Amino acid sequence: MKKIDKLVTNSMGKRVPSEVNGKPAIPFRGVGKYIPKGQNYGATVASCASFPTDGNKLVGSLKESLVNAGLNNGMTISTHHHFRNGDLIANQIFDIAAEMGFKDLIWFPSASFECNSYLIKYLEDGTIHHIEGSMNGSLGRFTSEGRMKGLGVLRSHGGRYQSVQDGEVHIDIAIIASPTADFFGNANGIDGPASCGSLGFALVDSQYADKVIVITDNLVPFPCVPWQIQGNYVDFVVKVDKIGIPEKIISGTTEITKSPDRLYLAELTARFCEEARIIKDGFSFQSGAGGISLAVSVYFKEIMIRQGIKARFARGGSNKYLVSMLEEGLIDYIIDGQTFDLEGVRSMRENQNHVWSSPFTSYNYHSKGNFAQLVDVVILGATEIDVNFNANVVTHSDGHLLHGIGGWQNCLFSKTVILTVPLFRDRIPVIKDEVTTVCGPGELIDVVITERGIAINPLRKDLIEKTKNSGLPIVSIHELKEMAEKFCGKPASPIFTNVPVAVVKWVDGTILDTIWQVKPSE
Amino acid sequence: MVNKSIASAGNKGEKDRSDCFLSLELTGSGGIKIDLISKVKALYGKTILSLCKEVLHFFGIENAIMNVEDKGALPFVMAGRIEAAIRQLIESDKEFLPETIVENQFQTVRDRQRITRLYLPGNTPGLMLNAGIHTPDGIILDLEDAVGINKKYEARFLVRNALHALNFMGAERMVRINQMPGGLDDLDFIIPHNVNLILIPKCESSTHVHLVNDKINAIQKRFGLANPIWLMPIIESAMGVLKALEIAQAAENVVAMAIGLEDYAADIGTQRTMEGTESFFARCQVVNACKAAGIQAIDSVFSDIVDMAGLKENVLRSKALGFDGMGCIHPLQIKVIQDNFAPNEMEIKNAKLVVNAFIEATMNGYGVVSLGNKMIDAPVVKRAQRTIDLAVKSGMLDENWRVFQ
Repeated sequence: MKKIDKLVTNSMGKRVPSEVNGKPAIPFRGVGKYIPKGQNYGATVASCASFPTDGNKLVGSLKESLVNAGLNNGMTISTHHHFRNGDLIANQIFDIAAEMGFKDLIWFPSASFECNSYLIKYLEDGTIHHIEGSMNGSLGRFTSEGRMKGLGVLRSHGGRYQSVQDGEVHIDIAIIASPTADFFGNANGIDGPASCGSLGFALVDSQYADKVIVITDNLVPFPCVPWQIQGNYVDFVVKVDKIGIPEKIISGTTEITKSPDRLYLAELTARFCEEARIIKDGFSFQSGAGGISLAVSVYFKEIMIRQGIKARFARGGSNKYLVSMLEEGLIDYIIDGQTFDLEGVRSMRENQNHVWSSPFTSYNYHSKGNFAQLVDVVILGATEIDVNFNANVVTHSDGHLLHGIGGWQNCLFSKTVILTVPLFRDRIPVIKDEVTTVCGPGELIDVVITERGIAINPLRKDLIEKTKNSGLPIVSIHELKEMAEKFCGKPASPIFTNVPVAVVKWVDGTILDTIWQVKPSE
Repeated sequence: MVNKSIASAGNKGEKDRSDCFLSLELTGSGGIKIDLISKVKALYGKTILSLCKEVLHFFGIENAIMNVEDKGALPFVMAGRIEAAIRQLIESDKEFLPETIVENQFQTVRDRQRITRLYLPGNTPGLMLNAGIHTPDGIILDLEDAVGINKKYEARFLVRNALHALNFMGAERMVRINQMPGGLDDLDFIIPHNVNLILIPKCESSTHVHLVNDKINAIQKRFGLANPIWLMPIIESAMGVLKALEIAQAAENVVAMAIGLEDYAADIGTQRTMEGTESFFARCQVVNACKAAGIQAIDSVFSDIVDMAGLKENVLRSKALGFDGMGCIHPLQIKVIQDNFAPNEMEIKNAKLVVNAFIEATMNGYGVVSLGNKMIDAPVVKRAQRTIDLAVKSGMLDENWRVFQ
């Protein structure tokens, strides 16, 4: 069992390791307080002289490409989640690595899905040392039980870009699964049987990894247009039969919820935005995947039609509802980070105003600004929120790690951040005295909307003023907590050991909180 | 019922949430043994175990084996499940009651608005918890058709506990009991426990109403209660339709009468259609009986929960016939029914004139209210006030409309 000797207390009052997997780490100092010095990480200089003169970088198999890329013990291997639960590539890479007897690899995905729980056996046999990215579902449970060799590292989408750019993570081999590519390595996600929209998550890998492998099941003659990934960064191209399962690429989260309670929450959220005069001509918004968020767009649409106004842009995750608003002229642009359904993919392919973006343009905190901070209102979820508006998205109240951060942390820099959540889920209160894990500092969270009341962060006097005669059920966050406890009773805290199993990074690379091993129940 | 030594209560289907399933075996020795599987064990494991022991102890049970499979049941749900299991095994008059929450400590008035009433299955706690947020005028906890025959007994405990502990958020607390005469036994679990209104299904004569009232009176007397309990008979047969006036006038506490068209259509040997030709007579008869008796006429539920356009059409037809409200079987129907029963602009305009004239006349101390050169009777004022209330509730008129006019 690993033992972290040195823990320090960060500015949130959280005990965090001062060293993560043998490398020194910086504790969180406060929002905007840590200003890095020095240079961005530099990728290796390449020369055309070392590559085929005809530009043909095709190799025979995935295994051959990995061997050519110099796969070795302890290397960091990156993959991406743009195929969501329909990904067929990440698991194969580690099959090959295990078969060749390599050990202690670090897996650096942009996110993991339940299909990746297949990799638990490689975490157990030492092929994979630890994961830096997200540990969802079964992988999260495995991590929480303290069974992963190294310490897991959770980052936001923007934090992933930042970590590579800053040299915190060095990618040895990047594998970019591409729905369409040419032999030179140009690639995109909008065509082909496994089309998924944007390949933006892979941008940083292509720019900074030592070796870049593009793998596709839809090889087209040069040029592959548009080139979301530029072949000039790519070392090898592999053609295989199938890279993803289309029906699983399009996730089930893209249907509007039928739950009357969730629809009520979505409608209440839209009403709040209308009363707070956030919905106005030329505004911008982002709402995530998941039932409530999708439904919010539908209610936004109703309000916009009724008021005769339109939005300048919406940030995706795009889906058919957002696309319908774009096509009906209610939105000028969709700036899309990932595409949740085939309508979104079609729109990105056909409509110039449906623009793909990357974590660099949207989310990277170590840059000269990013798009997330330009968004007027973002509607997000959370597993828990505390009375100081700090929120959790990665662990559940029983202490288990079950989700990744995604773009959630990055979106907190939007002008108004709304968390729309039920007051309690079954018997589990969402509003609590203290969250199990802090993923977002309360100072960035403006409004918490539940079916039984809306709490506005006291820092947002303007919103309090604008909604005070609205008839909306405005209450304090403490009242929400008390209501939740009245229904459910006061919850006990989960019992942890003193062994950290993962850390939550903030968008600037500092450590915001620690995830502890859950004490096995008797 | 009492010769068993093992009993169970609750639900554990894949889709059941906020519920628990438990089995209880009385043993001769060995104390209390509880095996708990719960999705909230880390948070509430100890609380759950102590609740189980408390209820067992309350009924004097010292030796038992209990298995609990919990999916996040709130305490009032779990207590109801435990008691339902216990009382299948032992004879007892005791009741383990949750505290009555302060939000539910109100009585309702006779002519309160009852446009929307949401039906909820009486044995499905997951659907109850948030029902109030959809702001129906009434919430009906159904012990009749929505509860399977083998779940009827345990549903009574859940409904009883919900009347105390579930936040109805201002909705009138209604219970539909079972058909006569069996439904009379349901009343023991409901009447002393904070109910506002009882729905009597398949009502066919004034005798049904009297039977219910006799039982209510006996129970209230026993408990020393005097709170009003309103009745809403449901007409669901040819006989009921023909006796509509008799039923509507059967007792002082009958405040509304509803029609149930699925059973009615079957009774007259036909099927329900969208146009409703087959029930035209029955609906007119019920409306007229209600109006003659001075009570509210309530239309049948619309059974397609997806077809909102069809529902709207149905509501407009219903309003035109003279009905005052309609049952809802899904929360999403509430808004459509509310909005379309709501008055139109012309009706609101007239109502404002009448109410203004009345207020001004009262302020000036006039005994007679007139509008232009027309005299206005008290019922006209009352109807106008109801139109105003409805318009305010539907968001068509500001609450302080007299200030802004």
